[in-house]
Amino acid sequence: MKAMLRSKRFWLIAPAVLYIGFFMAVPLVQMAYVSILERGDYGGVNWGVFSMDAYVSFLFERDLMDNLVLNTDYLQVFARSFGLSAMTTVFALILGFPTAFYISTQPQGRRNFLIFLVTIPFWTNILVRNYAWMLLLRNGGLVDGMLGWIGIETGGLDILYTPYAVSIGLTYTYLPFMVLPIYASLEKLDHRLVEAAFDLGADKRRAMSRVILPLAAPGIAAGCILVFIPCLGAYVTPELLGGGKFMMIANLIGSQFGAARNWPLGAGLGFVLLALVLIAMMVYSLKFKSLPEESR
Amino acid sequence: MSEVVISARSVSKIFGSGADKVTALDAVSVDIFQNEFFTMLGPSGCGKTTLLRLIGGFEEASSGKILLEGNELNDLPPYKRPINTVFQSYALFPHLTVRQNITFGLEMQGIDRAKANHRADEMLELVRLAQYGDRVPSQLSGGQQQRIALARALAPAPKVLLLDEPLSALDLKLRKEMQVELKRLQTETGITFVFVTHDQEEALAMSDRIAVMQFGKIQQIGAPREIYDEPTDRFVADFIGDSNFLPGNLVAAANGKHALTLANQHVIELPSVRSGQKTGDVTISIRPERLGLVAENLADQTHLMGSVKSVIYFGTDTTYEIDLGNDQTVKVRTQNGTGAMDDFGRGERVGVHVPADAIRVLVD
Repeated sequence: MKAMLRSKRFWLIAPAVLYIGFFMAVPLVQMAYVSILERGDYGGVNWGVFSMDAYVSFLFERDLMDNLVLNTDYLQVFARSFGLSAMTTVFALILGFPTAFYISTQPQGRRNFLIFLVTIPFWTNILVRNYAWMLLLRNGGLVDGMLGWIGIETGGLDILYTPYAVSIGLTYTYLPFMVLPIYASLEKLDHRLVEAAFDLGADKRRAMSRVILPLAAPGIAAGCILVFIPCLGAYVTPELLGGGKFMMIANLIGSQFGAARNWPLGAGLGFVLLALVLIAMMVYSLKFKSLPEESR
Repeated sequence: MSEVVISARSVSKIFGSGADKVTALDAVSVDIFQNEFFTMLGPSGCGKTTLLRLIGGFEEASSGKILLEGNELNDLPPYKRPINTVFQSYALFPHLTVRQNITFGLEMQGIDRAKANHRADEMLELVRLAQYGDRVPSQLSGGQQQRIALARALAPAPKVLLLDEPLSALDLKLRKEMQVELKRLQTETGITFVFVTHDQEEALAMSDRIAVMQFGKIQQIGAPREIYDEPTDRFVADFIGDSNFLPGNLVAAANGKHALTLANQHVIELPSVRSGQKTGDVTISIRPERLGLVAENLADQTHLMGSVKSVIYFGTDTTYEIDLGNDQTVKVRTQNGTGAMDDFGRGERVGVHVPADAIRVLVD
């Protein structure tokens, strides 16, 4: 009877399993296959001709004498992407934590309204939002104009098409992903624990560092992951706000499938990224396993 | 009398405003002495927890003053008050071990780690959980968490310990144990305990003095025996233990005594009443265990006559409900096993013996 019930329940999730299995796993395997094939001269691949060129050329290039020498170009794009994503995560945390904390201290009805406000940016297409940021950040744009108006002569802001513009755009895009999980963990937090900390002589600062932050840590970690990982794969924002001058991993991969006509390298870069993200996640989950059961 | 530690001077607390205004505390004044186990007792919403939170600094008084050893506390935040609290839900920090919970308050005072750990071990010893220092709160039972919450609040040696219905989440047996434990801790540490509860039995068992509260006011303050034996008004008499309330007519007699006439024209001479007691129609209260029963054939004119309406057997004692006629009933509790009283059946005519010194004329 129980086994029958279980097998019946399986059919509830079967459509989702099939959908993901087919549309995610199959292309993934296909890309893994492509990454170990020889590149075609005009794009595409030579099916059946295996080559590890994609993974070799991630780190090395052939010089005139046909020797392998270290080439850090791609590595730099990766390092830049990780650095920029980390910077964005920090910005989002600095902006997101106080926001989430403020919302969690409001009365119930107001909290729901504020959370609703946080999700409003999702209603607008990401391209439109990025074009809007271009208008805001360009020389003579709104930000530039406002600074001039309050008496700060910038002589041209010169921020558009820089890593900073990209990071500003990414922070804006992913901020809700930081706010929501932190809010969820702060909302669960028992206010009486904060009172207990005050009662035992902790001032506001120490109540924050000794009680609130540790108990919100799982939410903070979740928020950081939800910002950091999509940032690594960001495509539109670096393309528009970085002006194409500033390449991130996704743009590099895109160009390999497009202009560079090197499908195996594009696929290979994707798998290197996947591996790095998986390692980061494993480190995270190991670190948080050591926390007491209840606070997770 | 020993020194006053906490003093409330006509303290009021009003929540909300306009039509939603709720007066939680209405000009309450009270002095709490050094070394005292002081209990605030009352039904929910009587203001007892509000007064406790005002002393702890978690709420601000709308008016009035709260003094600690003569110094005004009103503007001090909770973390600057040498007062600690045992919360109803214990509020132990789930991310810290038991020992870290206990040393939290000590570290906030800047006491170094070795000393703080030593003190924590002393505290664990005191609450008889010496082996549990390295556990986290979620690994402890309710009663153990309760003890750790006590240890944590006592560790910084506060001048006053506030306890907000700390035993209400425990089952009956554990609650009885903790009552004894709390009293022991209070005696051993010599710290003033201010205890809030709605359980009158708990209050009677542990307190040096009890303040019975209702509608944001203190109705009566006194030692447990005083509160129980000499309630001043109907609320206190009713809330603490069981009481019979009967209408009567009080007349002052020439010799300074008073004559009380109960409904059936039965007259009892009262040797003394409260000074300034109004005469005329009054309500009296009598504890059921102070009344006695005799069979009809043994009764004389000093007894109230009635018939047994119900008999409830409680093991140690039996409670009879006696119908006196005129819509009046009294409860009579007799102790079993003394052989002094016969068993009476339902419907039987009996005489109720009312000792004069058991009668309390209420102010109302």
